[in-house]
Amino acid sequence: MKAAPFEYSRPASLAEACALLAMHGADAKLIAGGQSLVPMMAMRLARPAWLVDINRLDELKRIAIEGDAMVVGAAVRQCVIERDPAARENLPLIGKALRWVGHVQTRNRGTVGGSIVHADPSAEIPLVACVLDATLVLRDASGTSEMPAREFFFAPMVTAIAPDQCLAEICFPIWKGARIGSAFDEVSIRHGDFALVSACAQVALDEDGKCLRAALGIGGASPFPHAFPEIGAMLQGKRLDDKAIAEAADAAAGLIDPDGDLHATADYRRHLARVMAARVLKAAREDAQ
Amino acid sequence: MSERLYPVSLEVNGKRVEAEVPSRQTLVDFLRDTLRLTGTHVGCEHGICGACSVLLDGEPVRSCLIYAVQAEGASVVTIEGLSQPDGTPGALQDAFCEAHALQCGYCTPAMIIASHALLESNPAPTEAEIRDAIGGNLCRCTGYQQIVEAVQFAASKPAKGAR
Repeated sequence: MKAAPFEYSRPASLAEACALLAMHGADAKLIAGGQSLVPMMAMRLARPAWLVDINRLDELKRIAIEGDAMVVGAAVRQCVIERDPAARENLPLIGKALRWVGHVQTRNRGTVGGSIVHADPSAEIPLVACVLDATLVLRDASGTSEMPAREFFFAPMVTAIAPDQCLAEICFPIWKGARIGSAFDEVSIRHGDFALVSACAQVALDEDGKCLRAALGIGGASPFPHAFPEIGAMLQGKRLDDKAIAEAADAAAGLIDPDGDLHATADYRRHLARVMAARVLKAAREDAQ
Repeated sequence: MSERLYPVSLEVNGKRVEAEVPSRQTLVDFLRDTLRLTGTHVGCEHGICGACSVLLDGEPVRSCLIYAVQAEGASVVTIEGLSQPDGTPGALQDAFCEAHALQCGYCTPAMIIASHALLESNPAPTEAEIRDAIGGNLCRCTGYQQIVEAVQFAASKPAKGAR
């Protein structure tokens, strides 16, 4: 349970970090909070020859509101965004999700961006990024590019990021309106464990309770965080009553193709997905009252 | 081939420490093997059991998930740093004894680190807040109830000196 030897560097800027990545390619790995990478290195599932430590780069720790988006630096620690008043006000879903992320000790080190690039299919932050249709800002030695979170995740721990790229920022769209509600819920063996299935939803209602906008996603039941824009479109313009919610939950359960494992069978995961989808849509509706 | 060593300078329990460490040495191995501060226990070595919790710049973290070289410039407090200046147990440690909150003792230093951090930021926690604060620490003697009671007991007493 000890990592293989590696060379360590602590660049003073993001540009320098990207230059190191360009130089060492797939032999290098960025480390931020290390709450997933260090265990993987201890188990030798990861054996980078170079570890590039981006923990101290202030350019990756920005929290700002820019237009209709909340910009969160990739190296912002989970505990920081959990307590951030602007995030609470503009992006309450992320705070609700973070209650399910690990434990106090891991959230004190773990970062928002680290959770996204690690891409565990049951992880909460990637699910929120996909459900809210966040944009990821990627940096490499040649410059900056952007990618929708919904196109970033391919499979467990497999993403679109290139070995020489660094996730710099995540831009979460802010929903504006009088009646916006959100909810996050999950089932795991013990609190803080990997989710068997997680679900989150955000809805905007008009004065009559009609749905102006809805976003729903399921984690842990697909190889990647699964957002359902088609279900959002289906709910738009409808009254968000229990019948509409049950139809949406059925549709979500029909769109996933979960795997079974030691912890839960595929059928159980599908059942949970249906129950949890309905539960978060109802909770989001109540939250929007 | 010998491994390259990296200089690291940090504060441990109020004392400045300068050392040279292999990059892959975790903070917990550095504390235990190099500094001989064996109060911090090492359990699973992959961030599940919580036994290696220490305070890093005042916040509880898992010292098996940080390489010692990364602690450059940091302030680390271990269980040894939570006793009274004369070496006798602090109020929280006394409360663990009073409430029979330890059996084998393996999880205890980390339970005290986690509880200490909680009481520093929230001197009158609810039972749910205590359970949340120690939620990342496994006790296999199934002593959670007494551990929660110990923290409640410590919180009920006015803090005098070190916790």
